[in-house]
Amino acid sequence: MSEYLLQAEQLSRRFNHHTVVDDISFHVQRGQVMGFLGPNGAGKSTTMNMLSGNLAPSQGQITIAGFDLLDSPREAKAALGYLAENPPLYRELTVFEYLQFCARINQIPKAGVRAAMEMAMERCGLQEVSRRLIGNLSKGYQQRVGIAQAIIHLPQVVILDEPTVGLDPIQIREIRSLIRELGKEHAVILSTHILPEVQATCDQVQIINQGKMVFHDSIQGLEHRLQHNSLLVAFHHPPELADLQGLAGVERCDVLGNGQFRIHYKETSSPAEQLVARSVAQNWRLYELRPEQASLEDVFMELTHQEVTEPAA
Amino acid sequence: MNSLILAQRELRSLFLSPLAWSLLAVVQFLYAYLFMGRLEGFLQIQARLSLMEKAPDVTELVIIPVFSNIATILLLIIPLLTMRLLSEERRNRSLSLLFSAPLSMTEIILGKYLGLLGFILCLLLLLLLTPLSLLGSGSLDFGLLFSAWLALLLLAAAFAAAGLFMSSLTQYPTLAAIASFGLLLLLWLFNMAANSIADDGTISVLAYLSLLTHYESLIRGVINSSDLLYYLLFITGFLVLSIRRLEAERLQV
Repeated sequence: MSEYLLQAEQLSRRFNHHTVVDDISFHVQRGQVMGFLGPNGAGKSTTMNMLSGNLAPSQGQITIAGFDLLDSPREAKAALGYLAENPPLYRELTVFEYLQFCARINQIPKAGVRAAMEMAMERCGLQEVSRRLIGNLSKGYQQRVGIAQAIIHLPQVVILDEPTVGLDPIQIREIRSLIRELGKEHAVILSTHILPEVQATCDQVQIINQGKMVFHDSIQGLEHRLQHNSLLVAFHHPPELADLQGLAGVERCDVLGNGQFRIHYKETSSPAEQLVARSVAQNWRLYELRPEQASLEDVFMELTHQEVTEPAA
Repeated sequence: MNSLILAQRELRSLFLSPLAWSLLAVVQFLYAYLFMGRLEGFLQIQARLSLMEKAPDVTELVIIPVFSNIATILLLIIPLLTMRLLSEERRNRSLSLLFSAPLSMTEIILGKYLGLLGFILCLLLLLLLTPLSLLGSGSLDFGLLFSAWLALLLLAAAFAAAGLFMSSLTQYPTLAAIASFGLLLLLWLFNMAANSIADDGTISVLAYLSLLTHYESLIRGVINSSDLLYYLLFITGFLVLSIRRLEAERLQV
């Protein structure tokens, strides 16, 4: 048995000679939350559908908890919980009836059904609505019922496809902390196009664009990529440009007007401290000093538009 | 076992919708009306019948003709019951729940089918109550009654299998209903076409394929193994086609 709970090897999917997912490989360990990022139409949902057994891959192999999804689907699917983009709900059932059904079809023995339901409802905060019809619940609660369905049999691998779509900020926070909690004992794959969500919840990040994997690293690796090595400064009595360029470690200085400058410096030699000292000594009246960071959006745009192919980390 | 869990859910959802209840009510109403009419006719000629030797009894003159009418009604209502089975799940995108659960396609289709069969059984058992009410004032030919009831059950089960297949083809319930209605009516009418062509008395291929041919001998009280086999093959055939259809959905190109 491998140490990876989910392995996808050289996964490809074609529809009518149009390649939607092209040769993607990755693996997820227990205790890891993997973020799967990509613009709309990048092939995220197609990949999720393949991982969950809803779509057969044109090529490649998927192994869940050591079982091949095609050769022994029953064992593989028993170790899998999946929340599709649209939560698969039966609107005419109550939350209780629905979860009972989900527990039964996921092979939970009759004696354990009750306990499994209690656990799932507690984790997703569904106790108060357990007797209500799913069709009458708000979108947020429906989403939670969808998540409860995916974790009711305590699967080793949980796949969530855009779980926070259509939720309000408070619900989003709750769902994110739930995902982090799940990530402690399970392997979680989270597909999303919301970047802060990945920063807030994931350990590993993958970015996919036009069916190809363009970035694969840990969240630290991604954050490192965000460092820009520049400071944004503003003065009431701006000094001469030459004064700023004369500071140790400064490579280049741009004038932004209105007393604002952007200072580019060599890596690991920020002139911030020196700058503050000089400002006080020479009365430049510094009022703003801000380390600049590329937003995730910038990195995302850079990666998805230039199609830089990163070797898998 | 897994199929039974699915069937239970299916049956539950059916009874949670007004459709099932209204169909039960409408069928009961029509049935009662037809039954009363026939019974009235029977009572008028009963005196003359009692003079005859080996006269046809109430089972033959009332229940069997009414059951024949019910067969036509079933042809109209079963497509309404089967139309939602898979198309609605596809439309609500709830199929992914079943596909990612440890269930085989066969179990999914069988579950759906058995659930519907449960409903059909309820419907047909209700139909049995009215003839039994006649027991208070006479006797019934139970053999004939059973054979005719079995004919209805097999016919409805065959309709349901064809309807399930049609429902697996589309995501629009109405389309599934229209398509299965068309298919069933065609299979029903094969018999008519065959009758008008075959003058030499031999049974033609078309007549053999017709749902009605096999039904007619059963409802007359003749339980023929070839008729039973025909229905079993018909049902299995359409169930296998539905399973194939679901599998093809995963492999779609």
